[in-house]
Amino acid sequence: MPQMNMIQALNSAQDVMLERDSNVVIFGEDVGYFGGVFRSTDGLQAKHGLQRVFDAPITEGGIVAMAVGMGANGLRPIAEIQFADYIFPGFDQIISELSRLRYRSAGQYFAPVTIRSPWGGGIHGGQTHSQSPEAFFTHIPGVKVVVPSTPYDAKGLLISAVEDDDPVIFFEPKRLYNGPFDGDHEKPAQGWGNHPGGDVPEGHYAIPLSKAQIVRPGTQATILAYGTMVHVAQAAVAANGIDAEIIDLRTLSPIDFDTITQSVEKTGRCVIVHEAPKTSGFGAELSAMVQEECFWHLQAPIQRVTGWDTHYPHAHEWAYFPSQARITAALEKTLKV
Amino acid sequence: MDLTENKLYVPVPQTRPGDTPVFDGMNLEPAGRAPRPDVMAEARETTDLSFGLIRVLDDDGNAVGQWDPKLSPEQMREGLRHMMQTRAYDARMLRMHRQGKMSFYMTSTGEEAVAVAQGMALRPSDMLFPSYRQQGLLMVRGRDMVDMAAHCMSNERDNLKGRQLPVHYTWREGNFFSISGNLCTQFPQAVGWAMASAYKGEDTVTASWIGEGSSAEGDFHIALTLAGVYRAPVILNLVNNQWAISSFSGIAGGNQTTFASKGIGYGLPGLRVDGNDFLALYAATQWAAERARRGGGATFIEAVTYRGGAHSTSDDPSRYRPKEDWEAWPLGDPIERLKNHLIKLDEWSDDRHTQMEAELKELVVSSLREAESYGTLSDHRSSHPSTMFDDIFKDMPQNLIRQKQEAGL
Repeated sequence: MPQMNMIQALNSAQDVMLERDSNVVIFGEDVGYFGGVFRSTDGLQAKHGLQRVFDAPITEGGIVAMAVGMGANGLRPIAEIQFADYIFPGFDQIISELSRLRYRSAGQYFAPVTIRSPWGGGIHGGQTHSQSPEAFFTHIPGVKVVVPSTPYDAKGLLISAVEDDDPVIFFEPKRLYNGPFDGDHEKPAQGWGNHPGGDVPEGHYAIPLSKAQIVRPGTQATILAYGTMVHVAQAAVAANGIDAEIIDLRTLSPIDFDTITQSVEKTGRCVIVHEAPKTSGFGAELSAMVQEECFWHLQAPIQRVTGWDTHYPHAHEWAYFPSQARITAALEKTLKV
Repeated sequence: MDLTENKLYVPVPQTRPGDTPVFDGMNLEPAGRAPRPDVMAEARETTDLSFGLIRVLDDDGNAVGQWDPKLSPEQMREGLRHMMQTRAYDARMLRMHRQGKMSFYMTSTGEEAVAVAQGMALRPSDMLFPSYRQQGLLMVRGRDMVDMAAHCMSNERDNLKGRQLPVHYTWREGNFFSISGNLCTQFPQAVGWAMASAYKGEDTVTASWIGEGSSAEGDFHIALTLAGVYRAPVILNLVNNQWAISSFSGIAGGNQTTFASKGIGYGLPGLRVDGNDFLALYAATQWAAERARRGGGATFIEAVTYRGGAHSTSDDPSRYRPKEDWEAWPLGDPIERLKNHLIKLDEWSDDRHTQMEAELKELVVSSLREAESYGTLSDHRSSHPSTMFDDIFKDMPQNLIRQKQEAGL
């Protein structure tokens, strides 16, 4: 099977969809001739033509609005927002328009739009190139929110997102583009070559949305994570020897209740990990959900390991970024009860 | 140093309640003077048109000048009928609102020509992205007033299942987009729709409308930028009806320049049109549509008109503008002006006009009565509450299935 990093997998997914469906178009800042600042659309304009993969001006609001209009008129746009940190000028078009079109028109119009955006920290991006704004979007009815953690998942989930008739916000953990990252920034960077998630088929395959994946079965506690934190959690558990079950959520909204609740009912303990700040982060929703659904199975209070309630720092990135040590500490805390 | 010169400048209208209406500085050119450029003209060749005023109907009821679209008497009578029907519908709906049969209403009184003339100049297959005061488009496209009123009363026949505020119509069969309620958001979406039409090789034109007030939104700048960049087959219309709720057009920049002239900076032709002149609006829209169909790209049109009524049923304009403002409005009443023109051509008469008014009133009353038979807001005959959970997504996800059960629906 071919080896791909996450960029190549995302590129392959878009290539496959451009090939299969003439209604698929791709646009965003620098995505055309240049192929995107992270190279996710490299070569696609040359292969599929100027009208199908093209540059947009620097207007995130306009990129989303164009996608709404094009999507409602029968196309299947993939719109790239260059960094998730830049998505906010497009927020109104997502919140008030894209998410509601099917509802407010009682099904007469809908826009099957996929918004791709590099997301998360770990790349020395400072406060404007590192944020994880997923909780703003999981709060909106009518949009799906997806975060992959491997090249294999990235391709299969992106294909599902594009084929889905509802809008999908597809956040790409940019620290994972070139290799898995276990949170230890002092170790040399790893490629995807030695990771099973780097085995990516060439052609079309789809991974269903709203299906979480148990990436490590375990009995002592359940760890809920997504994106880069899946890898940090795996490394923490490998080092501390605690037999935790790790669930990669993959789709944050609509959430896969069953995989989560079945696991917590089995383990009786739950640790939630994400990069975004703690207060009103997606972990708050997960924590509330686990408490509502699994209260009588819980042996200990639910723990959250998250970014701090600060803006994303530049020099102090590693003091902010949730570490293996913090995950281990949270596991130990929950196991003490 | 005179410190008064350095004070923060905040524009104020020329008149307020109790004052005699004044409309100075409107650049009202005589009808017939504006030249009609080739439809493929460069944007900058329309600079004078964007500061001037395209007018066809003069004060004596004649159609004059290069912009006369030379419509047949039948076409003009049809336009007159649509405008009169719109006005009659608005009047009756306002009354029904007062009777508590709907939560809210917005009339288009005084600016009926905008939607009716522009709608008639387009093909039925052309796509419409309106704001909330273009109900005339629905009249032109032949939407049943029973359905329109049923929506406004959120009753069992409401095609939007009680999800939208009244007058926020959606009508897919009529190529009429879903009205948002958040202002100007439809402007860049219309550009996207038009780009998709071009992508598919269709010759459909897309048209969108906003008010002058919301031209201050970022989406306005975005829409004109994108329309210029991608040469989209779209007509972007700004209805300058002088008032954004209580804020006069100067608060949106109308004192500094004309709105139409803003098109030029984005590389779009800017046409400033007498918005109460049915023929001028028809001609300008026809020009823009032909340009778009021939690959010439987008046009920006400002229709200069006056909001004769309140912003909405939640508004009282007597608190911020002179009562007699509308009567004094120098561009008159669009219905009267087209009527006078047809009479001048010997194609209409006061008697026929009165007779049509009566016929339309009867049609409106009977349609609205039928709409009421499906329920009104006050008798709670709306779609079943369980439909509230439908159409969030194509397929209902687990969280909504659970919440629907929890709600006992």
